[in-house]
Amino acid sequence: MSSPRRLRSGGADVAAAHPGDRRKTNEMIRTYAAVAAGGMIGGVTRALVSLASTALWGGGFPFGTLLVNIAGSFLIGFYATVTGPEGRVFAGPLQRQFFMAGFCGGLTTFSAFSLETLLLAQGGKFMAAGLNVVISVMAWLAAVWLGHIFAMRLNRLRGSGQ
Amino acid sequence: MYHLLLVCLGGAIGAMARFFLSGFVARRVGETFPWGTMVVNVSGAFAIGVVAHAVAREGTPAIWALAVTGCLGCYTTVSSFSLQTLALAREGEWLRAGGNVLLSVVLSLGGVTLGFAAGSLLIGGGAP
Repeated sequence: MSSPRRLRSGGADVAAAHPGDRRKTNEMIRTYAAVAAGGMIGGVTRALVSLASTALWGGGFPFGTLLVNIAGSFLIGFYATVTGPEGRVFAGPLQRQFFMAGFCGGLTTFSAFSLETLLLAQGGKFMAAGLNVVISVMAWLAAVWLGHIFAMRLNRLRGSGQ
Repeated sequence: MYHLLLVCLGGAIGAMARFFLSGFVARRVGETFPWGTMVVNVSGAFAIGVVAHAVAREGTPAIWALAVTGCLGCYTTVSSFSLQTLALAREGEWLRAGGNVLLSVVLSLGGVTLGFAAGSLLIGGGAP
Protein backbone atom coordinates (compact mmCIF):
# COMPACT_ATOMS: atom_id res chain seq x y z
CA MET A 1 0.00 0.00 0.00
CA SER A 2 2.49 2.62 -1.14
CA SER A 3 1.00 6.09 -1.28
CA PRO A 4 1.11 6.63 -5.07
CA ARG A 5 -0.76 3.39 -5.68
CA ARG A 6 -3.31 4.43 -3.12
CA LEU A 7 -3.62 7.81 -4.84
CA ARG A 8 -3.94 6.35 -8.26
CA SER A 9 -7.05 4.38 -7.52
CA GLY A 10 -8.77 7.65 -6.62
CA GLY A 11 -10.33 6.02 -3.61
CA ALA A 12 -12.37 3.50 -5.58
CA ASP A 13 -10.79 0.33 -4.32
CA VAL A 14 -12.97 -0.85 -1.47
CA ALA A 15 -16.12 -2.09 -3.25
CA ALA A 16 -16.60 -5.67 -2.20
CA ALA A 17 -15.43 -8.29 -4.65
CA HIS A 18 -17.40 -11.16 -3.07
CA PRO A 19 -20.97 -9.99 -2.60
CA GLY A 20 -22.03 -13.46 -1.48
CA ASP A 21 -20.49 -12.95 1.93
CA ARG A 22 -22.89 -11.10 4.24
CA ARG A 23 -20.18 -9.12 5.96
CA LYS A 24 -18.80 -8.05 2.61
CA THR A 25 -22.28 -7.12 1.45
CA ASN A 26 -22.83 -4.95 4.52
CA GLU A 27 -19.50 -3.31 3.95
CA MET A 28 -20.42 -2.64 0.34
CA ILE A 29 -23.77 -1.10 1.30
CA ARG A 30 -22.07 1.14 3.84
CA THR A 31 -19.48 2.17 1.25
CA TYR A 32 -22.14 3.08 -1.31
CA ALA A 33 -24.12 4.95 1.34
CA ALA A 34 -21.00 6.94 2.27
CA VAL A 35 -20.33 7.77 -1.39
CA ALA A 36 -23.98 8.78 -1.94
CA ALA A 37 -24.04 10.98 1.18
CA GLY A 38 -20.79 12.70 0.20
CA GLY A 39 -22.04 13.11 -3.36
CA MET A 40 -25.25 14.78 -2.16
CA ILE A 41 -23.37 17.31 -0.04
CA GLY A 42 -20.81 17.95 -2.80
CA GLY A 43 -23.50 18.30 -5.47
CA VAL A 44 -25.59 20.75 -3.45
CA THR A 45 -22.47 22.78 -2.59
CA ARG A 46 -21.64 22.92 -6.30
CA ALA A 47 -25.19 24.04 -7.15
CA LEU A 48 -25.03 26.81 -4.53
CA VAL A 49 -21.59 28.00 -5.67
CA SER A 50 -22.84 28.02 -9.24
CA LEU A 51 -25.87 30.13 -8.27
CA ALA A 52 -23.71 32.54 -6.27
CA SER A 53 -21.22 32.85 -9.11
CA THR A 54 -23.94 33.67 -11.64
CA ALA A 55 -25.40 36.25 -9.26
CA LEU A 56 -21.98 37.83 -8.62
CA TRP A 57 -20.27 37.68 -11.99
CA GLY A 58 -23.08 36.95 -14.46
CA GLY A 59 -23.27 34.03 -16.86
CA GLY A 60 -20.63 35.19 -19.36
CA PHE A 61 -17.87 32.88 -18.13
CA PRO A 62 -18.34 29.69 -16.05
CA PHE A 63 -16.49 30.87 -12.93
CA GLY A 64 -18.65 28.73 -10.64
CA THR A 65 -17.56 25.46 -12.25
CA LEU A 66 -13.95 26.62 -12.32
CA LEU A 67 -14.11 27.45 -8.63
CA VAL A 68 -15.61 24.15 -7.45
CA ASN A 69 -13.20 22.14 -9.60
CA ILE A 70 -10.20 23.99 -8.19
CA ALA A 71 -11.49 23.64 -4.63
CA GLY A 72 -12.25 19.93 -5.08
CA SER A 73 -8.82 19.24 -6.58
CA PHE A 74 -7.08 21.05 -3.73
CA LEU A 75 -9.14 19.28 -1.09
CA ILE A 76 -8.61 15.77 -2.51
CA GLY A 77 -4.86 16.38 -2.86
CA PHE A 78 -4.65 17.58 0.72
CA TYR A 79 -6.91 14.91 2.20
CA ALA A 80 -5.38 11.97 0.33
CA THR A 81 -1.92 12.88 1.60
CA VAL A 82 -2.82 13.93 5.14
CA THR A 83 -4.80 10.70 5.69
CA GLY A 84 -2.45 8.55 3.59
CA PRO A 85 -0.08 5.85 4.88
CA GLU A 86 2.43 8.48 6.05
CA GLY A 87 -0.21 10.99 7.02
CA ARG A 88 -0.76 12.48 10.46
CA VAL A 89 -4.53 12.09 10.45
CA PHE A 90 -6.22 8.73 10.62
CA ALA A 91 -9.21 8.13 8.39
CA GLY A 92 -10.89 4.77 7.89
CA PRO A 93 -11.84 3.49 4.44
CA LEU A 94 -15.45 4.69 4.86
CA GLN A 95 -14.36 8.19 5.77
CA ARG A 96 -12.02 8.28 2.79
CA GLN A 97 -14.76 7.10 0.42
CA PHE A 98 -17.18 9.64 1.90
CA PHE A 99 -14.81 12.53 1.43
CA MET A 100 -12.85 11.61 -1.71
CA ALA A 101 -15.19 9.59 -3.92
CA GLY A 102 -18.32 11.19 -2.44
CA PHE A 103 -17.81 14.82 -1.51
CA CYS A 104 -14.88 15.78 -3.78
CA GLY A 105 -16.28 13.72 -6.66
CA GLY A 106 -19.70 15.34 -6.28
CA LEU A 107 -18.31 18.83 -5.80
CA THR A 108 -16.26 18.68 -8.99
CA THR A 109 -17.66 18.08 -12.43
CA PHE A 110 -16.11 17.29 -15.78
CA SER A 111 -19.44 17.22 -17.62
CA ALA A 112 -20.49 20.80 -16.82
CA PHE A 113 -16.98 21.97 -17.75
CA SER A 114 -17.33 20.21 -21.12
CA LEU A 115 -20.83 21.55 -21.76
CA GLU A 116 -19.95 25.11 -20.80
CA THR A 117 -16.91 25.02 -23.09
CA LEU A 118 -19.10 23.75 -25.95
CA LEU A 119 -21.72 26.45 -25.32
CA LEU A 120 -19.04 29.18 -25.33
CA ALA A 121 -17.74 27.86 -28.65
CA GLN A 122 -21.25 27.60 -30.09
CA GLY A 123 -21.86 31.20 -29.08
CA GLY A 124 -18.85 32.21 -31.16
CA LYS A 125 -16.72 32.92 -28.07
CA PHE A 126 -13.81 30.76 -29.19
CA MET A 127 -11.29 32.75 -27.19
CA ALA A 128 -13.28 32.26 -23.97
CA ALA A 129 -13.80 28.55 -24.74
CA GLY A 130 -10.08 28.00 -25.32
CA LEU A 131 -9.16 30.00 -22.23
CA ASN A 132 -11.64 28.01 -20.16
CA VAL A 133 -9.93 24.76 -21.16
CA VAL A 134 -6.36 25.96 -20.64
CA ILE A 135 -6.99 27.85 -17.40
CA SER A 136 -9.13 25.05 -15.96
CA VAL A 137 -6.69 22.21 -16.59
CA MET A 138 -3.70 24.19 -15.34
CA ALA A 139 -5.56 25.39 -12.25
CA TRP A 140 -6.91 21.91 -11.36
CA LEU A 141 -3.47 20.35 -11.54
CA ALA A 142 -1.82 23.22 -9.66
CA ALA A 143 -4.51 22.92 -6.97
CA VAL A 144 -4.13 19.17 -6.42
CA TRP A 145 -0.36 19.58 -6.29
CA LEU A 146 -0.61 22.46 -3.79
CA GLY A 147 -2.98 20.45 -1.63
CA HIS A 148 -0.52 17.56 -1.67
CA ILE A 149 2.45 19.82 -0.81
CA PHE A 150 0.59 21.48 2.08
CA ALA A 151 -0.32 18.08 3.49
CA MET A 152 3.28 16.84 3.13
CA ARG A 153 4.48 19.85 5.11
CA LEU A 154 1.88 19.23 7.77
CA ASN A 155 2.83 15.56 7.94
CA ARG A 156 6.48 16.43 8.39
CA LEU A 157 5.86 19.21 10.92
CA ARG A 158 3.90 17.14 13.35
CA GLY A 159 5.50 13.84 12.52
CA SER A 160 9.09 14.81 13.35
CA GLY A 161 8.77 13.61 16.97
CA GLN A 162 7.62 10.09 16.13
CA MET B 1 -35.24 24.48 -1.93
CA TYR B 2 -37.21 22.00 -4.02
CA HIS B 3 -34.56 22.16 -6.72
CA LEU B 4 -31.79 21.57 -4.18
CA LEU B 5 -33.58 18.39 -3.09
CA LEU B 6 -33.62 17.27 -6.71
CA VAL B 7 -29.88 18.02 -6.96
CA CYS B 8 -29.44 15.89 -3.82
CA LEU B 9 -31.35 12.96 -5.29
CA GLY B 10 -29.63 13.14 -8.67
CA GLY B 11 -26.27 13.60 -6.94
CA ALA B 12 -26.66 10.43 -4.87
CA ILE B 13 -27.47 8.40 -7.99
CA GLY B 14 -24.69 9.98 -10.03
CA ALA B 15 -22.03 9.54 -7.34
CA MET B 16 -22.91 5.87 -6.79
CA ALA B 17 -22.96 5.21 -10.54
CA ARG B 18 -19.50 6.76 -10.86
CA PHE B 19 -18.16 4.78 -7.91
CA PHE B 20 -19.49 1.55 -9.38
CA LEU B 21 -18.37 2.11 -12.98
CA SER B 22 -14.93 3.59 -12.28
CA GLY B 23 -14.20 0.78 -9.82
CA PHE B 24 -15.49 -1.85 -12.23
CA VAL B 25 -13.38 -0.57 -15.14
CA ALA B 26 -10.31 -0.15 -12.93
CA ARG B 27 -10.59 -3.76 -11.68
CA ARG B 28 -11.13 -5.10 -15.20
CA VAL B 29 -8.50 -3.12 -17.08
CA GLY B 30 -5.99 -2.66 -14.28
CA GLU B 31 -4.85 0.50 -12.57
CA THR B 32 -1.68 1.47 -14.42
CA PHE B 33 -3.75 4.08 -16.23
CA PRO B 34 -6.93 5.73 -14.85
CA TRP B 35 -9.31 4.33 -17.47
CA GLY B 36 -12.17 4.14 -14.97
CA THR B 37 -12.29 7.87 -14.39
CA MET B 38 -11.91 8.53 -18.09
CA VAL B 39 -14.79 6.23 -19.06
CA VAL B 40 -17.00 8.01 -16.52
CA ASN B 41 -16.01 11.50 -17.65
CA VAL B 42 -16.34 10.85 -21.37
CA SER B 43 -19.69 9.05 -21.07
CA GLY B 44 -20.94 11.81 -18.75
CA ALA B 45 -19.88 14.47 -21.24
CA PHE B 46 -21.74 12.66 -24.03
CA ALA B 47 -24.85 12.33 -21.85
CA ILE B 48 -24.82 15.98 -20.81
CA GLY B 49 -24.64 16.95 -24.49
CA VAL B 50 -27.73 14.90 -25.28
CA VAL B 51 -29.65 16.20 -22.27
CA ALA B 52 -28.59 19.81 -22.84
CA HIS B 53 -30.08 19.63 -26.29
CA ALA B 54 -33.27 17.94 -25.17
CA VAL B 55 -33.99 19.96 -22.03
CA ALA B 56 -34.36 23.72 -22.09
CA ARG B 57 -32.63 24.98 -18.95
CA GLU B 58 -35.05 27.87 -18.37
CA GLY B 59 -38.20 25.98 -19.36
CA THR B 60 -37.75 22.89 -17.16
CA PRO B 61 -35.47 23.81 -14.25
CA ALA B 62 -36.61 20.76 -12.24
CA ILE B 63 -35.33 18.28 -14.85
CA TRP B 64 -32.17 20.31 -15.25
CA ALA B 65 -31.54 20.25 -11.47
CA LEU B 66 -32.13 16.49 -11.23
CA ALA B 67 -30.41 15.25 -14.38
CA VAL B 68 -27.72 17.81 -15.18
CA THR B 69 -26.66 19.59 -11.98
CA GLY B 70 -27.36 16.60 -9.75
CA CYS B 71 -26.91 13.32 -11.57
CA LEU B 72 -24.44 14.08 -14.36
CA GLY B 73 -22.64 16.70 -12.29
CA CYS B 74 -21.90 14.16 -9.56
CA TYR B 75 -21.35 11.32 -12.03
CA THR B 76 -18.33 13.02 -13.58
CA THR B 77 -15.34 14.15 -11.55
CA VAL B 78 -12.38 16.45 -11.79
CA SER B 79 -10.95 15.65 -8.36
CA SER B 80 -10.13 11.99 -9.14
CA PHE B 81 -8.75 13.05 -12.52
CA SER B 82 -6.44 15.59 -10.85
CA LEU B 83 -5.36 13.20 -8.10
CA GLN B 84 -4.63 10.37 -10.54
CA THR B 85 -2.69 12.69 -12.85
CA LEU B 86 -0.65 13.88 -9.87
CA ALA B 87 0.02 10.29 -8.82
CA LEU B 88 1.29 9.40 -12.31
CA ALA B 89 3.52 12.49 -12.37
CA ARG B 90 4.92 11.70 -8.90
CA GLU B 91 5.90 8.24 -10.10
CA GLY B 92 7.73 9.81 -13.01
CA GLU B 93 5.18 8.51 -15.53
CA TRP B 94 5.11 11.83 -17.36
CA LEU B 95 3.90 10.36 -20.63
CA ARG B 96 0.95 8.69 -18.94
CA ALA B 97 0.19 11.83 -16.91
CA GLY B 98 0.23 14.01 -20.02
CA GLY B 99 -1.70 11.42 -21.99
CA ASN B 100 -4.36 11.30 -19.29
CA VAL B 101 -4.79 15.10 -19.40
CA LEU B 102 -4.86 15.30 -23.18
CA LEU B 103 -7.10 12.27 -23.72
CA SER B 104 -9.55 13.27 -20.98
CA VAL B 105 -9.96 16.81 -22.28
CA VAL B 106 -10.12 15.91 -25.98
CA LEU B 107 -12.46 12.93 -25.51
CA SER B 108 -14.77 14.80 -23.13
CA LEU B 109 -15.06 17.81 -25.43
CA GLY B 110 -15.58 15.43 -28.36
CA GLY B 111 -18.14 13.54 -26.29
CA VAL B 112 -20.22 16.59 -25.43
CA THR B 113 -20.12 17.80 -29.03
CA LEU B 114 -21.20 14.38 -30.31
CA GLY B 115 -23.88 14.15 -27.63
CA PHE B 116 -25.24 17.53 -28.59
CA ALA B 117 -25.33 16.52 -32.26
CA ALA B 118 -26.94 13.17 -31.39
CA GLY B 119 -29.54 15.05 -29.34
CA SER B 120 -30.46 17.26 -32.26
CA LEU B 121 -30.74 14.22 -34.56
CA LEU B 122 -32.76 12.09 -32.16
CA ILE B 123 -34.89 14.66 -30.42
CA GLY B 124 -34.63 17.73 -32.57
CA GLY B 125 -36.03 19.99 -29.88
CA GLY B 126 -35.13 22.98 -27.72
CA ALA B 127 -31.52 23.94 -27.58
CA PRO B 128 -30.76 25.77 -24.30
